[in-house]
Amino acid sequence: MNRSIPYLVLLIAGLWLGSSWVSPKPKPNDFDLATFSRLPVLVGGRIKPLDTVARNSLLILRGKQTLRLTNGDKMEASRWLADVLFNAPVADTYPVFAIANQEVLGMFGWPQADKKYGTYAELQPYLQKIDEEGKLAADTDTKQRSPFQSAIYNLRNSLVLYQRLKESVHPEDATNFTAEINTYAAAVAACASVIKQGNAQPDKDQIALLKTSLARYESQAQGSYMLTVAPPKGGKPGDWLATGTALIRVDSPASIPPSVTAFAAMSDAFRAGKHEAFAQAAAAYAETLDRAHPDWTGRSTYELRFNRMEPFYQSMVLYVGAFLLACGSWLVCPKGLRKTAFLLLLLTFAVHSFGMFSRMYLQGRPPVTNLYSSAIFVGWGAVLVAIVLERMFRDGIGTACGGMVGFVTLVIAHHLGSSGDTLEMMQAVLDSNFWLATHVVIITAGYSAMFLAGMLAVVYVLLGVCTPLLTKDTAQTLTRMVYGVVCFATLFSFVGTVLGGIWADQSWGRFWGWDPKENGALLIVLWCGLILHARWGGFIRQRGLMAMAIGGNAITAFSWFGVNMLGVGLHSYGFMDKAFPWLVGFVIIQGGLILLSRLPASKWASFRAAGRRDLTAAGFGPPA
Amino acid sequence: MTALNRLLGIVSSLRLTVFCLAAAFVLVFVGTLAQVNHGLYYIQEQYFQSWFIKWSLTPDGFKIPIFPGGHLIGAVLLVNLIAAHIRRFSWTWRKLGIQLIHLGLIIMLAGGLATDLFSVSSYMRLKEGETKNYSEDSDRMELAVTELNAQDGDQVTTVPGARLADGGTLTHESLPFKMVIKGFFRNSDLKMVTQESGNAAASSNGAGARISIKSMPRATKTDDHDVMSAVLEILPNKDGKSLGTWLVSAAMAAPQDLEVDGRRWSLQLRAARYYKPYSLSLIDFTHETYPGTQTPKDFSSKVTLTDPTHNETRQVKIYMNHPLRYQGDTYYQSGFEPDNSGTVLQVVRNPGGHATYVACAVMTLGLLFQFIYHLTRFARRAQPVTAP
Repeated sequence: MNRSIPYLVLLIAGLWLGSSWVSPKPKPNDFDLATFSRLPVLVGGRIKPLDTVARNSLLILRGKQTLRLTNGDKMEASRWLADVLFNAPVADTYPVFAIANQEVLGMFGWPQADKKYGTYAELQPYLQKIDEEGKLAADTDTKQRSPFQSAIYNLRNSLVLYQRLKESVHPEDATNFTAEINTYAAAVAACASVIKQGNAQPDKDQIALLKTSLARYESQAQGSYMLTVAPPKGGKPGDWLATGTALIRVDSPASIPPSVTAFAAMSDAFRAGKHEAFAQAAAAYAETLDRAHPDWTGRSTYELRFNRMEPFYQSMVLYVGAFLLACGSWLVCPKGLRKTAFLLLLLTFAVHSFGMFSRMYLQGRPPVTNLYSSAIFVGWGAVLVAIVLERMFRDGIGTACGGMVGFVTLVIAHHLGSSGDTLEMMQAVLDSNFWLATHVVIITAGYSAMFLAGMLAVVYVLLGVCTPLLTKDTAQTLTRMVYGVVCFATLFSFVGTVLGGIWADQSWGRFWGWDPKENGALLIVLWCGLILHARWGGFIRQRGLMAMAIGGNAITAFSWFGVNMLGVGLHSYGFMDKAFPWLVGFVIIQGGLILLSRLPASKWASFRAAGRRDLTAAGFGPPA
Repeated sequence: MTALNRLLGIVSSLRLTVFCLAAAFVLVFVGTLAQVNHGLYYIQEQYFQSWFIKWSLTPDGFKIPIFPGGHLIGAVLLVNLIAAHIRRFSWTWRKLGIQLIHLGLIIMLAGGLATDLFSVSSYMRLKEGETKNYSEDSDRMELAVTELNAQDGDQVTTVPGARLADGGTLTHESLPFKMVIKGFFRNSDLKMVTQESGNAAASSNGAGARISIKSMPRATKTDDHDVMSAVLEILPNKDGKSLGTWLVSAAMAAPQDLEVDGRRWSLQLRAARYYKPYSLSLIDFTHETYPGTQTPKDFSSKVTLTDPTHNETRQVKIYMNHPLRYQGDTYYQSGFEPDNSGTVLQVVRNPGGHATYVACAVMTLGLLFQFIYHLTRFARRAQPVTAP
């Protein structure tokens, strides 16, 4: 094989990665939303760019970060958000509400298709009904809800979110907001000066205007999903306001905060279809913020780039590539393909790391703060160890396992991230960077090692049973790898569990409380102890070790997700009923693989190919 | 002696270790799943802090042990570890790590047992401005009989709630009357007697004359507690003529008064109290949320600690992950009153707590040593081999 081919593959992958760094050019005769997308607002306690708000909202409403219109055209999330904020009647005609439940579809008299994306305009006649049914569902315990109730409950939440989004910048029905707020502020100033003079009654019309305006802004502030008014220079995150609150505090046209006038100008230009005026208003506002709060806008611009790059999606694709190339290296062209696969794995790992460290920078936290980030970290840790193994043994096994575990964990992360912002704020008891950085990271690294050991064992079983590729040397190498990684898993799981105990002792007053999450961690430690002692005592040999390592996959998955689904204890962060069938499926597959590993040796393709003595001598296991 | 040797062989064998680990694994796994239906605390008691898991065909039937409980597995593992340690101990670098790990394990198991047996957990609820010198354990009840306006202030006599379950008659030298236990309910439901319901009143005197009582199954949910109740008949020592019955219950917040021989007494079934030689008073409770959300960011209690015996008066802030440690008690920020007017502090006294920390240190040291020792050997042995 030509020596340059590995680098050529790497170059192609690099070009593909690089293509996402280029900001998309706006279409001629359309709005340039690049500046708009990076403007910071405060939602859920965190300052984030409008792009993130747009993507997360769409993710909650329709399960994807982009919108597909009825005519098949694709629409960017930020463009959709601009319509929602500034031009609600148009946004109401976009199909954003995903409805899959047959009974809910039937409730609206819609054909019972697989899935339908409804528009707000279509749902409007049923709002009251949805609200009533949704409230009933909300009063029912999560676990007791019927599929219909869950669906209607989610739909009601989606509608509330959508309605709040529409109220976020100004009252939904505003037509010329700039003029409106100027008239209002002038009226406030006029009334105030009349009262100051003390001799005249303020104008009746103006009093009436103030009355309706104040009520209008009060209700906007109540309904608003985000806080869009940035405090003046030196302000804190707690000082952000909703437009309505800021307007209620206004005493003259000059005292209207720049955020309010800027968003009003953008909104009016957007509705009027004035592309240039919109771009100018956005740019001027961005510049004001850059001067007043460089830290916030810096982060929010970084987050916009991070969103566009989608490093975890890219890594997912490339990990599959590395896995396939490594598997291919066992069939054809071992040296060249192995090198290509390894280089690709290194590149992917770099992208994966970039994504993970970006999240740490944006959140100002250690890498694992919720289930989503734990999935990203589990993959990252497993790939890191796999890279080390590949460097040591140079046989493609490390690359194949790393690629596979990396891919699967990122797919899991992708599904865990569908509930909205994955950079959410931490609950009070978790608000400790020290413990997050030690206990949580170490215990998650233990999961990484368990899954990697399990994956290596799966390779052993599949290679041995289905192919003639498992030679005596490969079997011994794999055994050493699994044993080493299990030792690694024991160390991390144990130390992580103990640190968790110390944290619990510090914050809850007991080292150990038999809480399901604690039990889950203990199960991993006990299983590791069992594997190591059974191996030392000679109760298991090669195949027994592999079977137990595969069992470790199931136990780690139970400890990672299963215990959260039980819905008891202090660690249960949300009941994840959707993931339950997947967990059961995963455990069943592991059970199947264990059974496969127990097949009598005569049924193993490699055993037949190598001859009985060869593998038995390698410690393959008791002869069947 | 060969029999003894063989026994020692079994007790210190790796096979027994593997057996214990496997049993522990099954116990923890099944126990965790059982928590879904029976709650955290019940399972903790039945599975993890017991010698055997017992099972019976009918709820009240004879219980047969079906699986070793946490204490038994822990104890056997402890014996196994100590025996193996004694038998196989050798002072070599290769084994140093392993030996440290197992020594740590011995300390940890022993410490865990001590914690199970001796640690006491209770709560102190304080409203802003309130001062208390005791904490309460709502899992343990006590019957408090107080003589009001006695010569040296109020005199309290307490009876543990568990004693009430035994029935019989309660007497005490400081009391001029006997109390006959007429009824006992580990968990109960109290209702006002109305004309429609037609339920019988629980007692002839006191608040119980207007309340009906129903026995309930034991509470299993994490946040539920049993509501203990009892019906007592009061018989003065002097003439032995019954004054009637009184209902006492954990659900009744206020004590009930009665008069015997011209002296006034009050009866109350309340959470067991642990009195301290010092007091805490709550100055301020704060509850912060993240801007624009309801997500709690921090809870904290500002309290004044007053200890007359040590001439101490100081202000302390107790908040998440930052408890107050004083005189062997540790105070944790645990909860708050729904309207933010007060705080709930968890109070833990755990004499075995230090053992756990020592064990952790020893084991971590051993693990690190073992890991580094093996990693270097593993890396040295790993050599490139041909692809499969």
